[in-house]
Amino acid sequence: MQVPAPFEYARATSLEHALELLAGHGEDARIIAGGHSLLPMMKLRLVRPELVIDINDCADLDHIVEDGDTLRIGALTRHAALLASDTIARLVPMITDAERVIADPVVRNRGTIGGSLCQADPGEDLSTVCDAMSSTVVIRGRDGERTVPMGDFHRGPYETAVEPDEILTEIRIPLRPGAGSAYEKVERRVGDWAIAAAGVAVWMRNGTIDDVGIGLTAVGLDDGLATAAQDAVRGREPDEDLYAEAGKLAAEQCDPVDDQRGSATYKRHLTAELTTRALRRAVERARAARTA
Amino acid sequence: MDVTLSVNGIEYQRDVEPRMLLVHFLRDELGLTGTHWGCDTSNCGTCVVLIDGEPVKSCTTLAAMTVGHDVLTVEGLEQDGRLDPVQQGFMEEHGLQCGFCTPGMMLTARALLDANPDPSTDEIREAISGQLCRCTGYATIVRSIRWAAERGAGGNGAGPAAGDRTEAQEQEVGS
Repeated sequence: MQVPAPFEYARATSLEHALELLAGHGEDARIIAGGHSLLPMMKLRLVRPELVIDINDCADLDHIVEDGDTLRIGALTRHAALLASDTIARLVPMITDAERVIADPVVRNRGTIGGSLCQADPGEDLSTVCDAMSSTVVIRGRDGERTVPMGDFHRGPYETAVEPDEILTEIRIPLRPGAGSAYEKVERRVGDWAIAAAGVAVWMRNGTIDDVGIGLTAVGLDDGLATAAQDAVRGREPDEDLYAEAGKLAAEQCDPVDDQRGSATYKRHLTAELTTRALRRAVERARAARTA
Repeated sequence: MDVTLSVNGIEYQRDVEPRMLLVHFLRDELGLTGTHWGCDTSNCGTCVVLIDGEPVKSCTTLAAMTVGHDVLTVEGLEQDGRLDPVQQGFMEEHGLQCGFCTPGMMLTARALLDANPDPSTDEIREAISGQLCRCTGYATIVRSIRWAAERGAGGNGAGPAAGDRTEAQEQEVGS
């Protein structure tokens, strides 16, 4: 029987209350939301908190808001809510693509976007999405809040910029004209972590790709971005040759390892193909949105 | 810690460790062994119960986290001696072989039909995709859920309202 080691449980009634509870416990306190990453880790004794703080009652952390040129997503927003959201599907369809292939419908009823980002698993899909969209995250401590770009949020596998006495409260995705995005993933079986995946966002102007974000999942990039491919695509008119070139550059830059999910060679092959497909679909969506 | 949970419309109060998982609270504390305990890793889905009407894997939920919410287990599907149409469908269409995945499958089916009274077979397959049938009897499970849908099983809102009765009152009724 897998059961976590003993701990104290506290339920926070508000974000301020959660921060109060966190204070002074350092690494020995952990926030729980959906619990679908933390509880399995606790069962395996990979983490062993003395205090678990339940933030599921903090309703002000659960929202999807189109706010001018920013899409604001509360950290407590469930995967199921993201998948069902028309606002998300319209503004950042890459999130809808990714949510369809994150775990399974029952797990998605509990898991949250904030939990996914803070777990910071190298195979995590929404981190790639947030990287490609040049998102920032809002981190709150007792002394106030700070906004951190995704590049600074990542500190390596299972590590983020969120300090032990802080809480991730919101993800902010900039909304710019001419946008299209797509996420492509290959997994061994439905609901599994990616063998490899690519998330691509484009911003089109006058028929050219004005700006682009190309994020890769589970293939060993420190900040998750295929920068060489991005540089090659930016300012160009999209066509099949460009999609293939981006895929080739992404495959060259990534640094996958052999593991139980596949060989490095296979993952490189997937990276090229999935980058090509995601870029193609992102451009198609940007064009369709323009003519809609 | 003191944990008071509404399960199938009855309030139960127990003193348990904060680390107690919901599946063990239901099985070991309340004796509601209809909720099965399988892989322990939120993969197999045999431990699925409904929390506020949504399917949740109870092996990956603390009992303490469920305080203040309504839990529905397979024992709560039948009402006053009448099977839920979903249960009837599993009987009619042979939706179970060994029966291990059945409680979770039926509860997910109940939640699906509450939200979508006439699901396609693809929608049913998607809804149960977080649950494994080790007999691989998926085709009959899908047919069982369609059987219930075709008989207007959707939108019933299974189970009595929360906190209708206390455990003590329930025992009085039973005695």
